[in-house]
Amino acid sequence: MPVTVQTPVEKWNGAVREVTLGATKADGGTRGRTVTVGGSATLPFLHFEGAIPNRPVIAIQVQDIDPLDWSPTLRSAWGDVTKDVLKWAAKAVDLGADIIALNLRSAHPDSGNRGPEEIAETVKSVLGAVDLPLIIYGPGVPEKDNEVLVRAAEVAAGERVAIGLCEQNNYRTIVAACLANGHVAIARAPIDVNIQKQINILMSDMGLPLDRILMDPTTGALGYGLEYSFSVMERLRLSALQGDGMTQMPTICTIGDEAWRAKEAKVSQGVPEVWGDFAKRGVVWETITATTLLNAGADILVLRHPQAVENVRKAIDQLIA
Amino acid sequence: MALSGLEIYKLLPKTNCKECGQPTCLAFAMKLAAKGAELSACPHVSEESKAALESAGAPPIRLVAIGSGDQKFEVGNETVMYRHEKTFYHQPGILVRVKDTQAADAVVVTVQQVQNYSVERVGINITLNGIAVENASGNAQTFAKCVELVRSKTDMPLVLMSQDPAAMEAALAAAGDSQPLIYSATAENWEAMAGLAKKFKAPLAVYAADGLGGLANLTDQITKAGVADLVLDPSAANVNSTLASLVQVRRHALRKNFRPLGYPVITFPSRLASTTEEETVIAAQHIARYSGVVVLDNFDPTLIYPLLTLRQNIYTDPQKPIQVKPDIYTFGDPGDKSPLLITTNFSLTYFTVAGEIEASGIPTWLLIADSEGMSVLTAWAAGKFDAEKIAKTVKTSGIADKIGHRKLVLPGFVAGMSGEVEEELPGWKIAVGPREAVDISPYLKGVWSPD
Repeated sequence: MPVTVQTPVEKWNGAVREVTLGATKADGGTRGRTVTVGGSATLPFLHFEGAIPNRPVIAIQVQDIDPLDWSPTLRSAWGDVTKDVLKWAAKAVDLGADIIALNLRSAHPDSGNRGPEEIAETVKSVLGAVDLPLIIYGPGVPEKDNEVLVRAAEVAAGERVAIGLCEQNNYRTIVAACLANGHVAIARAPIDVNIQKQINILMSDMGLPLDRILMDPTTGALGYGLEYSFSVMERLRLSALQGDGMTQMPTICTIGDEAWRAKEAKVSQGVPEVWGDFAKRGVVWETITATTLLNAGADILVLRHPQAVENVRKAIDQLIA
Repeated sequence: MALSGLEIYKLLPKTNCKECGQPTCLAFAMKLAAKGAELSACPHVSEESKAALESAGAPPIRLVAIGSGDQKFEVGNETVMYRHEKTFYHQPGILVRVKDTQAADAVVVTVQQVQNYSVERVGINITLNGIAVENASGNAQTFAKCVELVRSKTDMPLVLMSQDPAAMEAALAAAGDSQPLIYSATAENWEAMAGLAKKFKAPLAVYAADGLGGLANLTDQITKAGVADLVLDPSAANVNSTLASLVQVRRHALRKNFRPLGYPVITFPSRLASTTEEETVIAAQHIARYSGVVVLDNFDPTLIYPLLTLRQNIYTDPQKPIQVKPDIYTFGDPGDKSPLLITTNFSLTYFTVAGEIEASGIPTWLLIADSEGMSVLTAWAAGKFDAEKIAKTVKTSGIADKIGHRKLVLPGFVAGMSGEVEEELPGWKIAVGPREAVDISPYLKGVWSPD
């Protein structure tokens, strides 16, 4: 008697919500195209079980001030364009970015402290130079974030950009700016399912529709807490599939920020020989951090290195095929 | 699945003969359920009941040992789909493949590289697990010679790769009693391979070209032929169907207790890859998704190190993050004017900070607070690394007797509570250190002063 094997499918009551970034002329914006993420009705890449309407996408990170503190591996890969955010963004488009992630680092008190009017000009010119959907990150200092992101949201009105970061103790101003100007807000929680859900609820309580929230459960890099992010993302995805509307937002991971802070990616001298070739190590670090979290449910990966972009795109191709 | 006491009772003779030492069969059943007795204590249990009880008591994924001696590794016996549900227990063996068509010195170089590769992370040495030898020549003697050569250089576990039973037998003889994994039994050769597995007491990997149905039928036949230690190769045509197979095998075993697929799995990422970098990316996915034995085609430290790191991450028990003992730690020979830093007892935090202090060459005191194994920000958010805890750590540690100054450096991430700490620690100055460990060296060299 031959053994019979049936495909073990699990029944889910929910799905990840779809969120669209960017608005074309028809929708009141000027983007050449839009990007829709989320929508999965199963665990990552289990095509035998449920619909996966949208593939995960790659946002390439650019900065409005030359990142002198970045790893030499990154700086040599990008070359001179890091001095000019418009050229940098254009090159990111050429490399096949789905989204441009613009970091307004120049507004940070330690690196320029630019004010909202200067920032507004930067945002306008990036919007003019590239026609992909944008993510706009503030400098990460709450007072400055609120000041410059409000102006950024105003000058980008109607473009449906994603704006971050909203955190539990600083979200109202950014959510209000997104509400007023038709944008998507990014909710960041510190690798904690309950806090993530809480911030999602607080933001939606302000009237922000659920299809205008992305969640960022905080990325731990390979070797630096990756397993925490992996498990929190798996729990959030399971909760979404089980029907909890407050965990059904698509997930965004700031891979580049975290992977390139790892000592392995930053330090070339005085480290064990068994770590291998420094020129390649950072790229592998970023790639493996990204593909591991892709398998835990990431919908948008924010990356830095052109080679990592290519590696991760290939991995997505293989997983979505 | 474990049976309840009542379910076990139904399979017992129900004669209350007391020969097992218990007053009744029900009492014996309850003891069995609680693992407080052995079934062999009952002289009257039927063979059918014995078989039913033994199979019910077996783990849903069999534990299989590969290799012998100190370096053998065990895989299987996993109990959950997601590591947050409990933990993953037996980390996958990561091996590198050589071919019997390679020149002998090339084989030796690879074997020695694999054998010697060791890297320390968070205080633990992590290593590769063995060598796979492939019979690429198709010649039995060449294969056996290559296995003999490898065996002469290492005691690490081996995977022997050939579908020709004659070649496999020659290689197994060359491998001695080192219990290599035989790769593989297929629909065509399984009877001969099962015979070899029995003869050499070696575990047997099983591959079926026609998917999980074919695989289950094969393992069913092979177990009936008397081989119990199996490993499955569920690989499919591409990355995404292989992922589906890996998930389905695990679900069959854990969710349905389906015995024919209740075994650890082996994967060969290079079969799905066109470059070494791609192989690494696919291997990483297999490590996170249930593979028990990962065979790589290439040895490159730059690519091995992240894979070993990932394995350590994924197989860390989420309930028990690796911790270090709360205490005073010294670097160099610190004196009464040396800097005093404080951080949490999450091992990754400790080893990262310790590494940077060592690299700075500045003699330093490092105070470790008991944050229950949480990192600085997580512990702070959870109230395990607040002003009160820091003050208590300083006061109970006895550090005040060892230093002349009264200045404590907090991690930059908790700069916001320096005022509170000052209130809790009258007479102390609280300084704010860097947020990232990587900036500790410049801080100690350029910023810190005891005044």
